[in-house]
Amino acid sequence: MAHLALDKKLIEQCRNFAIRIAQPVEKLIDTHTTVAIERAVLRLLGVEKAVFQGGGKSSGENSVQSIPEVNLIIEDLRREGALGNGVLHWFVNGMIQTKMPVQELATAVALRKVNLLKLEKAPQEAVRAKATELCMKAKDFLISQRELRDQHRKGQGKDKVKDPFDPEGKNGPLLYVIVATGNIYEDVIQAKAAAQAGADAIAVIRSTAQSLLDYVPHGATTEGFGGTYATQENFRIMRGALDEESKSLGRYIRLTNYCSGLCMPEIAALGAMERLDFLLNDAMYGILFRDINMKRTLIDQHFSRLIIALSRIVIHTGEDNYLTTADAIENGHQVLASQFINERFALHAHMTEDLMGLGHAQEMDPEHMNVFLLEIARAQMTRDIFPKAPIKFMPPTRHKCGDIFYSHLMDAMFNFVGVLTGQTIQLLGMATEAMHTPLLQDRWMSIKSAKYIFNGAKDLGKDIEYKPSGIIENWGAKVLQDTHAHLEMIEKKGLFKAIEERAFAEVKRTETGGKGHDGVIARAPDYLNPFFELL
Amino acid sequence: MSKVAEVNHKKLRPYGDIMDDGTVQLSFTLPVEISPEAREAAVQLTQKMGFEQIKVATMEKASNGFSFFVIYAKLQHTVDFTQIKVLKVDAPKRSREEIDEIIKTQIGRKLIVLGACTGYDAHTVGIDAIMNMKGFAGDYGLERYQWLDARNLGAQVQNEELLKLAVQENADAILVSKVVSQHNIHIRDMKELMQRAEKMGLIERLIFVAGGPRVTHPMALECGFDAGFGVGTKPSDVASYIVQEFLKRQNQRKEGKQERSNERETDRAHASVKTQAPKKKPVLKMGKLEKRGAGGLK
Repeated sequence: MAHLALDKKLIEQCRNFAIRIAQPVEKLIDTHTTVAIERAVLRLLGVEKAVFQGGGKSSGENSVQSIPEVNLIIEDLRREGALGNGVLHWFVNGMIQTKMPVQELATAVALRKVNLLKLEKAPQEAVRAKATELCMKAKDFLISQRELRDQHRKGQGKDKVKDPFDPEGKNGPLLYVIVATGNIYEDVIQAKAAAQAGADAIAVIRSTAQSLLDYVPHGATTEGFGGTYATQENFRIMRGALDEESKSLGRYIRLTNYCSGLCMPEIAALGAMERLDFLLNDAMYGILFRDINMKRTLIDQHFSRLIIALSRIVIHTGEDNYLTTADAIENGHQVLASQFINERFALHAHMTEDLMGLGHAQEMDPEHMNVFLLEIARAQMTRDIFPKAPIKFMPPTRHKCGDIFYSHLMDAMFNFVGVLTGQTIQLLGMATEAMHTPLLQDRWMSIKSAKYIFNGAKDLGKDIEYKPSGIIENWGAKVLQDTHAHLEMIEKKGLFKAIEERAFAEVKRTETGGKGHDGVIARAPDYLNPFFELL
Repeated sequence: MSKVAEVNHKKLRPYGDIMDDGTVQLSFTLPVEISPEAREAAVQLTQKMGFEQIKVATMEKASNGFSFFVIYAKLQHTVDFTQIKVLKVDAPKRSREEIDEIIKTQIGRKLIVLGACTGYDAHTVGIDAIMNMKGFAGDYGLERYQWLDARNLGAQVQNEELLKLAVQENADAILVSKVVSQHNIHIRDMKELMQRAEKMGLIERLIFVAGGPRVTHPMALECGFDAGFGVGTKPSDVASYIVQEFLKRQNQRKEGKQERSNERETDRAHASVKTQAPKKKPVLKMGKLEKRGAGGLK
């Protein structure tokens, strides 16, 4: 594989900056919890029902108007200022006092038939012991689901399945596409068609603004805007369909969903329980592009990544988005700086490098002179600086318009850069980007041309070298230099202050601004959550 | 005699490589397996669209149960190009310097412009391109204009909140960006904004501009907006329009005052013809546009 000659010392210094940038945030993480973390704890224990809250008749499937029991329980505790102890402090005591199992007690509390705060208190040691036992059981379940997933990746007996994924991208880029009809059953049709055409991974894009809902909708859903709601039942339906398709194709098809926004830890829990393979997971994305409070989402992210690390789900980070608001030629260093920080936070949550799908994108102005040399430099640089990470490469969107033929060509060049530089997970571009969510034929055309390019240029990267001090190598060196300076600045100011001063994507956010700040709670001295020791 | 046939504007047809050949390329998917019957179905559908000499360039298996077609065919229909009328944003194109100069000399204060992605739309690409300092395709954004006080409110601003802010900040114009258009949510949101604005008595006070990949000027007008801009719009296009419209209204207000003072001597109907009372069609009820679907809006 051709590599860029990059200054190793500079890279090491960048990593050291990232360590120091993350430290104050890690302290914050270790002393706080959030409503979403506490809800995730209950979900891991198996609380999965919802209470219908909409007016009129219940269809029984009306997911968006059903408030999950975990929300009702946690909201009551928060209102009483009791959440600093951790939900298990109250809930497990409730189990001891009422002798009810988890789901039964959850329903009783959600319907306010039992008030957790008014029960007699069992000795703290007894509560702690029972809580640990419940969390151990939940952990065992996650492990068994992980093992079941690993089995599906191999198949059995005559239904042997091939798994095309290699974190370092040695088998060539993974063909990754999105479905987004709004109806999970229609999504299944589209996903199966994409798999048959050659896709290796399917993302069910979420309904617009689900990331801002402070609860996870319930049940199978057939209505959405710009995407389909992420719900536990929708995860199950799609994973089941892809298991079937994997078996019939003899090739394992991965499933992706979105673990960002106000329910990050809960989506991680549901994704882990329902055997998802990839999760988009990035606090920085929520801060910058969804205006979610930075403290809230960084604390949430840590707990979600603990679950993700145990379940060995590959995350995708969202740095590609920076290049849609900030110029892609001028701001490559923001992407790389953020990747270093993201890597640090992932390591803090016990994730290994092969789970870190660091994101970036090909978004430079297509009419810029030598644009492909610069794109190759950025892509190769990302590959070389994070050699073990399953790098996620996102297609052009910003400069696309209704000229589908030109767009298709842009995607072809993007695919060429991807295969040449050894990217791991390639989200295929759509000719109809900026027009509508992909039609079946858009996806088919995109997969067909990606296969052509990935196959035709498979070993090109192994057969060339970059000219020392050529345009490509110099550009890589420049972006690394800029990144070094950028991280140094962020370290001096602190991450929160730097974000306030538009360090990323030209977006300004404040420490106490944004959505979900009131869901951040300081941990009490006797905060109880055995998952932090077990995960 | 010319060697090539002249364009017949009375009977306009697509051009392939010979004048008036009517050549069109089509592609679509049928939810059936590829087969001679599927091919025939594609041909018959194309015939029903008004085509002749239909050539199926390719029939591909897109997946189990789906066939994809690329077709070339000759269109029989024509349109009379001389009779076509299109509603367009009517403002002379001006540069940033010219616009700043006009505001400075003819208005004498900064125009306040608020921009936002409304409803649950989280896609700020469009509003950023128009508002942010940097702009788009070498054309600086509204924030860069010396005589515009341009504020980008970002994503997911609720209609109610936007109008409240507009009143509070004494805004002169509102820019609404709509990207997500599934189930025509963009149209619903746009109409809802204008219905609220009407109730709050803001229609005359503010200039309402919409933009987005599925937004057109006629469609924006139908939603009650003053103007709509589609793909490829530059910040200076929007600024040119805002200034033009502001001046127009300023003049109308001036004339209106004069008119009132002359009221006794002047026939009212006559005056209103002279001053061309501002448009302000009532905001449409939901329904008409939605039923037409996205295709009807092109």
